[in-house]
This record gives sequence, C-alpha cells and structure tokens, in this order.
Amino acid sequence: MYSEKVMDHFENPRNVGEIQNASGVGTVGNAKCGDIMRMYFQIDENKIIQDAKFKTFGCGAAIATSSMATELVKGKSVEEALQVTNRAVMEALDGLPPVKVHCSLLAEEAIHAALWDYAQKENLHIEGLQKPVEDIEELHR
Amino acid sequence: MNKLIYLDNAATTKLYPEILKEMEPYFSEYYGNPSSIYQFAQKSQKAIDLAREEIAAVIGAKPEEVYFTGGGSESDNWALKAIADAYENKGKHIITSKIEHHAVLHTCEYLEKKGFEITYLPVNEEGFIDLDELKKSIREDTICISIMAANNEIGTIQPIAEIGAIAREKGVFFHTDAVQAFGHIPLSVEDMKIDMLSASGHKIHGPKGIGFLYIRKGIKIVPYLHGGAQERGKRAGTHNVPGIVGMAAAARLAKETLKGRIEKETSLRDYLIERIEKEIPFAVLNGSKSHRLPNNISFCFRFIEGESMLIMLDGKGICASSGSACTSGSLDPSHVLLAIGRPHEIAHGSLRLTLSEENTKEELDVVVEELKKIIERLRGMSPLYEDFLQTQTGGNSNV
Repeated sequence: MYSEKVMDHFENPRNVGEIQNASGVGTVGNAKCGDIMRMYFQIDENKIIQDAKFKTFGCGAAIATSSMATELVKGKSVEEALQVTNRAVMEALDGLPPVKVHCSLLAEEAIHAALWDYAQKENLHIEGLQKPVEDIEELHR
Repeated sequence: MNKLIYLDNAATTKLYPEILKEMEPYFSEYYGNPSSIYQFAQKSQKAIDLAREEIAAVIGAKPEEVYFTGGGSESDNWALKAIADAYENKGKHIITSKIEHHAVLHTCEYLEKKGFEITYLPVNEEGFIDLDELKKSIREDTICISIMAANNEIGTIQPIAEIGAIAREKGVFFHTDAVQAFGHIPLSVEDMKIDMLSASGHKIHGPKGIGFLYIRKGIKIVPYLHGGAQERGKRAGTHNVPGIVGMAAAARLAKETLKGRIEKETSLRDYLIERIEKEIPFAVLNGSKSHRLPNNISFCFRFIEGESMLIMLDGKGICASSGSACTSGSLDPSHVLLAIGRPHEIAHGSLRLTLSEENTKEELDVVVEELKKIIERLRGMSPLYEDFLQTQTGGNSNV
C-alpha cells in the first residue's frame, strides 16, 4: 500500500519532537478526522529555517508526510519553504495512495501555519502566505 | 522476519489442513455437477446432503432449513431483502441496531430507498441493545428484527434468546447475523427462537466464499438468484461442492471442540485484557467483560491512531485490525465505536485482536511487550499527548 520511502519515513521519522521557544509553531487538522500535525520552526535573522520538528497524531502517511515536509523545509528561506507544496512532499515520498493525499495537504498546511505564527510574532509580511485553516478537509473538499 | 503472530481471526481464519483434506476429492475427483442424474454426480449430491445435515445439527435446525450461499454478506442481504419482498404487504418496518455489520446496515439503507422504514436501535456503552426499547419499537407494520448475535468489532454478545422471545410473542420475524458467533458460542434456533440466521465458513477455519442462511420452515421466501432449481429453487447456481463440504467439516469440528475452545480462548482473552489494562496506561476496553466472544479483545488507546499501530505491529509480524478511519478509507472511525459512545479521537485509536485456539500465551506476551513499545513511541510523537501532559499540573501523569 505504501512506497518504500513512505515506510522509511514512517518507521524512522526524521525531526520528531518539539523546539522550545520556537520561532513559529503551527497546528493543523483535527482529532475528529484522525490527523493532527504540529510543526515547530527555528528561523534565524536571515529568515532561514535552521531547524524544524514535528509531532503528529495520525496514520502512517500522516507521520511520513510530516517527516518529509520538515526535511524539505530545513535550510530553506521562509519564501522557499512556502513553495514546498503537498505535491512536492508526495513526490519526495514516491507517491501516496489516493485516500492518503489529504495527509500531504495537511503537511503543506502545517508548514503554512508555522510560518504564519512566525510572521505574526515577528510582525512580518510574507508574500503569498495566507492565514492557515485549521480544518484542512473543509479547504480541499 | 519475525514469526507470524496471527491475531485477526475475526477477519478470517486459517483453513485447517484436515478440512482441506475433506474438500480435496471434490475438486478433481468427484467433480460431477450434483444436479446431474448419473451415479458419478450423485457422489457430489450425497456430500451436499450430508453437509446440510451436519450444519443443521450445529444450530438445532432441520436440514431442509439450511440454504447454502456465497458467504455471510450474501446471507444477510438475502435474509433482509427476501423478508422485505415477501412481507411488504404486512408492513414496511424493520428493526435493527446501530452496530450491525455493513452487510446488514447497507442492505437496510437500500431498503429505505425502496420505501421501508428502519429503526436503528442504539446500544449502551458495552454494546447491548435495550430490550424494553426493542419492545417499544415494535409496531403493527414491523415485519422483521435483525440483531447480530455477536459484534465483529467489540465482541459483545446480545441477549439473543430474549430478543427471539420478544419477536415470537409479537409475531415478528427474527433474523440474526451470526457470522462471528456461529461455531464460537452455542446457538440453538429452537431455544433462541431464531427465524433466520446468517453464517459463514471462513470464520471457523473453513473455506472462504461459502456461507449459509437458515430459514425457518414456513417463512415465505422469494428466490434470490434466479436460474436452476438448486436450494429448493431459492438460490440458483451450481453448488460450490468443495466449499460446502469444507464448511460442514469446519462446523462439525467447531461443534465437537466448542466447550474446550471456549475455555481456552476465554482464558487467553482474559489474560491479554488483564495485562493490557495493567501495563498500558490510557487503554479503554471496548465491549462487555462478561458477555463477550471468547476470542475478542478490543481496546482504544488514547492519543494515538490505529493505522500507525497496525503498521508497527505488522513490522513485528503481528496481524491485527483497527476501527480507525484510516483503515476504512473514510474520515469517520468505526460506527460501532461511535455507537458505544467513544469520542472520535479515541475511536481512532482502536485495536482489535481476535484469537484462535492455536494462539499461545507466549505469543500474547510478545504482543504486550511490542504493544507497550509501539504505543509509547507513537505517544511520544503525538501532539494530543503533549497537550494532555501539559494539562497535568505538577506532572502527576503516570507515564
């Protein structure tokens, strides 16, 4: 059902954990639907994501997409991180089963949510960043 | 690769080699069509007659009341649709429960579209329907009550004899989906006043693709599959002779071993339940402790999601199942867990382990140890658990 890459990121998830006093924290999804993703970004003064961590409640695909998404944004500028779409996460994982595509959408939204929190705290405007929605299912229905 | 620990016997069971052996001659040796006239084919017909007798004996029915089908789902579909068709002049109301298998629930939804009215009885936290509520739900136009004998997810055994008595007294037919109960607990269509009963071969170490529907003599029933005269003209199609022989052999074996199996499985079941309750925090048992299938263990583990648990168990060679949404392809977790009052986020963390007599205490010890590690690991990744710990002032969490 899952690709080898998905299984690898599920079994050996990268960047699990929290960042104390993170520059930005975003939580998306809801427990009712069975997925919650929380991402923590440490962002330096040059607006480069130095570190990214996550905590996820969800299925194998939810954990694997969180892991891959945090890998993809690390070392990127906030503007570049905004370009890490659900499609990019899926491609990096060699695809997801159709019923799990929403997990990658959730990962994309979690990146946006953490960046939004950072922008709020720093009082910054990040071009192209919109206020994230909590319920991803509503957004993409 | 770890040695396989199979704990999904409610999904399907291993076909026992001795049962396969009984089936084998009917593939390529006695392959005659039982409906043919010559002596060679009569060998197949004889096998079917004997199988029907053996199955009837397990539930205390007459052989001519047993109709072979393609499995449990077909039996459920047939029972409800046939009753609806044959008795719609009497009324268009059917009573069932919220925790039935989809083979019953989706058939009921289909009948609703055809103008039938369905009452879906709620269940309490342990999964029992309320008998008074059942009585109150029966109306002039009620034609059938369909309540499962035992639930496939949480193992709750309904008060079948009491339901049968109520139905009989009110002159309403009683159908029971006994797919999980047949061969696992004693069932008697006479004592329990059951009018129709669905069962399947592969849940009792028989073959897949074969089941039966018991239909009490005297019940009008319309043909389900049209064609040849098989199954008293009610269910056409050349008999699945090896399947029928295999299911009968499995039923016979189940009958012979029932008492010992119940004892063995119950003791393994209670051992596993006790260890999980003692050793894994925030674990909630689903279903009843006393009226429970001997082979069913069902828990919800808070703060984690079922599919992740299943994949990690699979990595250790342990086969289990879950009522989480992710295993069903929908966003909603199991309708059964929601019906017993589990909130969505807790229902997502369900795990069902179902035993056979072949499982050992040692296997269950391995499962508990692996489960402890897996749950701890997943909770360590869970934002729900993180939030929960933060609400625990003074760090009095016992994890």
